[in-house]
Amino acid sequence: MMTSFGWAEAFFLVSAVRWTILLTFIAFVGGGILGGIIAILRLSKSAAVRRCTATYIQVIQSIPVLMVLFLSYYGLSLAGLELPPLLAASLSLGIYVSAYLAEIWRGAIEAVPFQQWEASASLALTRGQQYRYVIIPQALRISLPPTVGFLVQLVKNTSIVSVVGFVELSRAGQLVNNATFAPFKIFGVVALVYFLICFPLSRLSRYLERVLHVGRAH
Amino acid sequence: MSVVLIDNVHKSFGSVEVLKGVSLTVERGQVVALIGRSGSGKSTLLRCMNGLEPIQSGSIEVAGHKVDQDDKHLRELRKDVGIVFQSYNLFPHLTVGQNIMLSPRITKGLKTAEAKTLAEKVLSQVGLSEKFDAYPDNLSGGQQQRVAIARSLAMQPRLMLFDEVTSALDPELTGEVLAVMEQLAKDGMTMVLVTHEMNFARKVADVTVFMHQGKIWESGPSQEVLTTPRTPELKSFVGVDIK
Repeated sequence: MMTSFGWAEAFFLVSAVRWTILLTFIAFVGGGILGGIIAILRLSKSAAVRRCTATYIQVIQSIPVLMVLFLSYYGLSLAGLELPPLLAASLSLGIYVSAYLAEIWRGAIEAVPFQQWEASASLALTRGQQYRYVIIPQALRISLPPTVGFLVQLVKNTSIVSVVGFVELSRAGQLVNNATFAPFKIFGVVALVYFLICFPLSRLSRYLERVLHVGRAH
Repeated sequence: MSVVLIDNVHKSFGSVEVLKGVSLTVERGQVVALIGRSGSGKSTLLRCMNGLEPIQSGSIEVAGHKVDQDDKHLRELRKDVGIVFQSYNLFPHLTVGQNIMLSPRITKGLKTAEAKTLAEKVLSQVGLSEKFDAYPDNLSGGQQQRVAIARSLAMQPRLMLFDEVTSALDPELTGEVLAVMEQLAKDGMTMVLVTHEMNFARKVADVTVFMHQGKIWESGPSQEVLTTPRTPELKSFVGVDIK
């Protein structure tokens, strides 16, 4: 039985957006916290810690998110640990986010001139105080545009979790299309919704780049 | 009382030895100028005095602290020793006032009001009271360097180190920074400065130390060292005709 694309279908699509947004939010916040810790450990004085975190980043960046997702959803369920789709999805996206943000932020921390370390060390600050009061505020400024840029990627990449049966925007589009068979209209709407989320974010990234004077010389 | 006691210090960067057995004593209230060609080891020696560069052998004692690479010792040392760099190194995300108040607040536990009074005092010492709320980017090089001096002074140091602090400045801006340093010297601050300003060394420094190839080649009262150099190396460095 075919239904046509009406208000009910449109509402179904739009309400699926909240899952996309929620998933993006959880993955970004969770991955961000983990990524921040990894970024700092990546620059630790201990060579062993540096090596471990570098390996983590390399491994995660070298495998598709899809595999992380399969591992945490199917893999863990085989091992007897059955994760609900939202948890499996958040977990795997969070891991993916942590590896990328760790690299973006490590780069931003390293972009702060080493003289800022020397000057703050000479003022008797501890390493933690140097990070907190001198280095991170400057690194944040440097990292904001690429971080927001990455967030845009993340919004779109959440679509991958539809493969474990999680109904977010893309999956909702598929389901509606199965019932109505109006792919052009439906996926057009889906694309438009993604655009409406991502476009303001892209603009925000550009705006931040301008107001934060990224790249000015000191 | 000696503020700086350096005894037979050796320091290498990789296989290159840059300090080859340097000994130097700085008394309280003394102003010592380190001069020499690029690569003679003068900046390295200065940076060793607050532990920014580790040494391989010998010993350094500054303001009563043994200089080693223990983080805790270094922090105690650095509460008593200020350093000003060639490139100012102000924190660009903080205002002038915040730059100055940061360390007294977090390392010495001063209340905001106390830190503010202190910052205003040191800022007026360098003649920049009206710049309290300005950001470093909006200041000239000379002003930034004076703020950097004020930031160090706010730690109430017993020794101030100056690492070629006017080398990045135009001649006219150099003057305003040197004037601040001269006043500090008059006020009795113990100072060690690496400098290319021979006139300043002659006028303000009690002792001038000429470094050459990682060693102290010649040292003594500034007037004597700079006007009647004994070694041919210093003669050619200060431009005295060797005949």
